[in-house]
Amino acid sequence: MPWATRGLRNGVLTTHYPRSPDGYGGPWRGSVAVRAAPGGTGLPAELCPTGAISSGPSGAAELDRGKCILCGRCVAGRPDLFAFASSPEVASLSRGGLVVPPTEETEAAVAAARAELAQRAARLRRSVHVRHVDAGSDGSEEWEVAALLGPVYDVHRLGVFFTASPRHADLLLVTGAGSTGMAGPLRSTYEAMPDPRLVLAVGTDAVSGGMMSANYATRGGIGEVVPVDVWVPGSPPSPFSILYGILLAVGLLVERGPS
Amino acid sequence: MKPAARLAPTPQPGELEVPRGEFAAAVATRMAGARFAGLFGSAQGDGPVLLRAAVSRDGVLEVISCSVPPAGQARPASYPALTPAVPSASWYEREVADMFDLYPVGPLRVDPLVLPRSPQFPPPRPGSGPRHAESPRAPDESALPAHVSGEGVFTLPYGPVRSGIFESVQYLVETPGEDIPHVRARVYHKHRGIEVRFEGMAPADGALLAERVEGVASVAHALAFCQALEAKASGKEVPRGALLVRVLHAELERVANHLDSVLRHTEAAGQAVANARLAWHKERLLRLRAALCGHRFGRGVVVLGGVAGPPALSPHLAARELAGIEADVRADTRLLMATSSFIDRLRGTGVITAEVAAERGALGPVARASGSDEDLRTYRPYAAYGLVQVPEHRYRDGGDALSRQLVRLEELSGSFRLCLLVLEELAEGPVEGPWAGDVAPGEGISWGWAEAPQGELLYMVEVEGGRLRRVKPRSASFHNLSLFPEAFGGDIFTDFAFIEASFGLSIAGAAG
Repeated sequence: MPWATRGLRNGVLTTHYPRSPDGYGGPWRGSVAVRAAPGGTGLPAELCPTGAISSGPSGAAELDRGKCILCGRCVAGRPDLFAFASSPEVASLSRGGLVVPPTEETEAAVAAARAELAQRAARLRRSVHVRHVDAGSDGSEEWEVAALLGPVYDVHRLGVFFTASPRHADLLLVTGAGSTGMAGPLRSTYEAMPDPRLVLAVGTDAVSGGMMSANYATRGGIGEVVPVDVWVPGSPPSPFSILYGILLAVGLLVERGPS
Repeated sequence: MKPAARLAPTPQPGELEVPRGEFAAAVATRMAGARFAGLFGSAQGDGPVLLRAAVSRDGVLEVISCSVPPAGQARPASYPALTPAVPSASWYEREVADMFDLYPVGPLRVDPLVLPRSPQFPPPRPGSGPRHAESPRAPDESALPAHVSGEGVFTLPYGPVRSGIFESVQYLVETPGEDIPHVRARVYHKHRGIEVRFEGMAPADGALLAERVEGVASVAHALAFCQALEAKASGKEVPRGALLVRVLHAELERVANHLDSVLRHTEAAGQAVANARLAWHKERLLRLRAALCGHRFGRGVVVLGGVAGPPALSPHLAARELAGIEADVRADTRLLMATSSFIDRLRGTGVITAEVAAERGALGPVARASGSDEDLRTYRPYAAYGLVQVPEHRYRDGGDALSRQLVRLEELSGSFRLCLLVLEELAEGPVEGPWAGDVAPGEGISWGWAEAPQGELLYMVEVEGGRLRRVKPRSASFHNLSLFPEAFGGDIFTDFAFIEASFGLSIAGAAG
């Protein structure tokens, strides 16, 4: 009995996201944005420990959020070119969509992916069952995925449920850079899922390998093992970022272009 | 009263080199009244492998080393086995065999642990310098070795894909149906080859990778790694303010991890309200960490020579928020520990006796629930732990899941107090920097450590030409996971989740 009253003590704690934006953010790192700077001279590619920074076709700075681990070295070293953005909505339906600033080709690729996915995922819009698989994560992504089931994010309100069996799953949520030991079990899990099935790569490690380059035990992201539909960067991505990715996958939200 | 200030860099252990044939005997003689703290291999190019055994006596590290020449024709590289005299070396010898193709000569079989072995693939041999990408190796999923025989006993592979949001690990449960007479953990599904990844990196990049070795203990890893480098570095010492900020984030990390462990217990016991409330407290704590440094796991705080900067939130505001979380956690855990349907599941579950804990050198909360009082924060103080009073913990000797839970709850309130103490100091101190001294890493080998939420964390770091030559993190998760099978004495399947939660380990840290 004491637990019943304890449970009521603090009222409703759940966020209203995505119905209205959540106020939580501010100093927190959601992504790195590229400022439009005239003449990209002296591009600080060597600042980046994962090689996310390069010069685009026009010579201006380009940043691949799929490789970015949000360490902030470029923001500290070249504040004229890079800045932190706090929005957690950084996932994309196309791998190229994670490169900022966006180009016309990437926008076209995202639009094409959205049209294809809308057809495939139409039946999942009202309720989606998620199976999580860790393919060599550092352990922090699991905390952020588990937080979605807590009272603050409470994804049940949006019809999102986690399931133990791949047979009941519509969406495969994969964390980790793709260790070779997990390639087989991950592939089996994917193949055990009924159609239509979606795959979410959660975390910079899962998207590109991040700090783990491809070596004898790791691949450069899970895209080499299973076909990925939604790419969620972040090291680790916050629960809001993961939630945005899930809603993007089932078409409950439309991808907002990178800022 | 505050103990005397200790700003000196990490005191380095003495190293004794012995001939290969005397290695096992030399380690065994130093084990009297001591704890085995790890076996660290380092390949010297294509040549011999240097093996270093670390032994901890009363908080002081000693290192015994020997050089093992490479394999000759039809003669595998080998050394006398440590395990017969030092049981806690067993997992380390298996790991060294996997990584270096280096075999202990002794009566015991050396099963693969972190890598499936195959004659087709060369061993990674960390320390052997730049190399071409090796072919990936996949484990044989159908191989299920059995240790127990009897009527109706079968081997149940539990994992690597598990029911729920867990890290991937495989437990091989040998059972006649309900009891669990034997269980073994296989971690190679998650092995990421992270030690090899360190090689050739700039030291500053190495700190970023260290944060990702065991993602839930990022601060402890960055701290142990940076302290190892700072021990040999030339330049300014770490500023006092930076030492305090390091302790603040390390303690917030401990609070988050211990809360996570309690949370997992409530989940396993089906305590829905307690689970929801603790999840809320944990989320508030992660948000406070993000408000203080911009990252929910404290990444990027610890840098070589100090910290990245002052707390982004004013110490007064942070202290107020933290005190609020602490009051709620205290009230909810007090009610939880008065809920009989909860503590009945923990009492007598997964017992690690004091004898086993001492013999196998258990670490962290697992050890402190089984009669040990070892805590590096007081045994071998680092950062600002010598500047502030670390709350004394009462260790327990019940050895069951309940004792581990009680130890964690006590450490939880101790860490809250320590954080508030540090915030008070920070509020008084100068807000102006410097927050990081200018350091240039020195050449050669050095050691660093930290008391991670999971227990003692050790780093062996070798620098050559200003770059990392060999880095070996030894997480408490690796060491304590080797004790996991010992906890199953008469426990049944429904106890599994409690035993696992009460160990509170990270598989990423164990798999490497």
